[in-house]
Amino acid sequence: MNYLNKAHFRGRITRSAKEFLQILRRNKSGTVGLAILLLFIVLGTVGPMVVPKPVSDPSKIYLPLSWEHPFGTDFEGKDVFAQIVHGTPIVLQIAFLTGLLTILIAIVLGSISGFKGGLLDTVIMFAADIILTIPFIPLFMVLATIIKFSDARAIALLLAAFSWPSIARAIRSQILALRETTFIEAAKIIGYSTIEIIFREMLPNIAPFIAVSFIFASINAIYAQVGLAFLGIVPYIGENWGIMINRAYTYGAIFYSKSFWYNMAPILMIILLQTGLILFSRLLEDVLNPRVREE
Amino acid sequence: MDSMGTAYRIVRSYIFRRCVRAFATIFIVMTLTFFILRLMPGNPIDLYIINLMRSGGLSYEEARNRALALFRINLTMPLHIQYFEYLSNVFRGDLGNSIISVGTPVIKIIAEFLPWTVFSVGLALIISFVLGIFIGTLMAYRRGSKIDSILITLLSAFSAIPNYIIGLLFIVVLGAQLKLVPFTMLRGAYSPYIKPGFTPEFIADVFLHAAFPILVYVITTIGSWALTMRGSVISVLGEDYVLVAKVRGLPERRIMWTYVGRNAVLPLFTNLAISIGFIFGGSTLVEFVFVYRGIGYRLWEAVGARDYPVAQGIFLIITIAVVLSNLLADMLYAVLDPRVRIE
Repeated sequence: MNYLNKAHFRGRITRSAKEFLQILRRNKSGTVGLAILLLFIVLGTVGPMVVPKPVSDPSKIYLPLSWEHPFGTDFEGKDVFAQIVHGTPIVLQIAFLTGLLTILIAIVLGSISGFKGGLLDTVIMFAADIILTIPFIPLFMVLATIIKFSDARAIALLLAAFSWPSIARAIRSQILALRETTFIEAAKIIGYSTIEIIFREMLPNIAPFIAVSFIFASINAIYAQVGLAFLGIVPYIGENWGIMINRAYTYGAIFYSKSFWYNMAPILMIILLQTGLILFSRLLEDVLNPRVREE
Repeated sequence: MDSMGTAYRIVRSYIFRRCVRAFATIFIVMTLTFFILRLMPGNPIDLYIINLMRSGGLSYEEARNRALALFRINLTMPLHIQYFEYLSNVFRGDLGNSIISVGTPVIKIIAEFLPWTVFSVGLALIISFVLGIFIGTLMAYRRGSKIDSILITLLSAFSAIPNYIIGLLFIVVLGAQLKLVPFTMLRGAYSPYIKPGFTPEFIADVFLHAAFPILVYVITTIGSWALTMRGSVISVLGEDYVLVAKVRGLPERRIMWTYVGRNAVLPLFTNLAISIGFIFGGSTLVEFVFVYRGIGYRLWEAVGARDYPVAQGIFLIITIAVVLSNLLADMLYAVLDPRVRIE
């Protein structure tokens, strides 16, 4: 019996692996997205261990591209590629942490709102409406006059606190729609508790939406964190692509053609990462949602 | 009895509830800015007093009096009275004075900088909306084709790339490397040596200065308009009246724009009304990149100089603008789709 189950399980895995490969072959742009994302994850995890930390060296200012310096060196003689590599972990950390926190807050508040209804629902949706209307780059700028943002986790938490409303709203309306379906009725009759219904019956149904929302929350978090670092509002936490751009900007190197690759490196990285994420989100949709596939 | 019924209906009505929500939002944001300014440990007023004592050699009393005059508040009064005074000041349009440019009212600064933001982002919004609708309709008619799938990928990638990054790309490639565009000359909303007025010279200069910010806004927003329009057109194409029009033998072009286009564009108008809010607030980073002297750039300057009254005043005005345009969107929605009024 046990053996049979295992074989059955293994069969399912090979089958879904085959299916996954098929999707990869068909959804080419999505595969490119996955490859880009994997590249960045390797860059952010293995990269800082392999590539030595950038050090300024006055004898190496503005060196051209070479094997030793793939992106050349900057106005302080620091290797540009090393700065990019050492800036990757913090960008990815804030992006994924914000995405995760956003989704968690949205799931909790959205399902409470959709399932409990009543006064709690009104209060949560009212809070969501208010947060949605506040323009958050200006808000962060005003907050920066008072609060010191110096910790990646604090930034992620603050970004998440302003990103959950639209996702929570969508989760709420999906839960409201699911509540009327027969399989939820059945689960209620069997005697499942509310928590069980939410986690075992409802959330798996909206998993594709949640996964895609996670990617979009990460994309927005990258926009915000790099932008705030570029404005000079988030103080220097190690290396960060936004801080690289800020430095180029405040020292005027952005208008200097010798500094071309120092300026281009973070710009290209952000374009590549954001494009990779959006393409990956479409692959996710394809993999998780069979209804899209059949079209 | 009947008047009671009418009153009840008004309170329950969609528009009334939206108005209440809009004003509650404005009220909450105002309250937050008030308490952030006054109650935070090491709040701006205390810092400013210490700063004055240190740099100006003033006594605590003198420094405090000067700070209070600037911040338009009287700290000796109980907190709730300060709060009501602040509220009534804001409602009269009195947002206090700038600390850095001494004596300049915040509202005057906003009146000077806001029009440039409204002009540049507003124009970009119109261009992006019209072009997006055009492209979206064509995509829907060629759905499933190679061009359609390429455009989907391209447009969604464009909307994922941060607008300020595209602006920087222009500066680094067109400005620093190819030296095609003199970006340092295009700073500000117009050239300082040209006298403002309704002269062709000045108008051309204004458009030249706004050109790149507008281009960046259009590139990064056109994707969502086109893709939304595409979806909307595809759903309208399945309607019976389109089939009937085809059966009647009407020319394809006429069906495309008067039967399909007009109906498909309706849902986009509420999105347009919501976007009006972004005319006021969604531009800070792009204005910073091009040193375009709009409200977002002025906010950054105020934050950098720790000019609290200006920073908070601008934030408050931006938020109020967003809330009011959301209210407009809700009302437009209720007019266009009568179903929401009956809830």
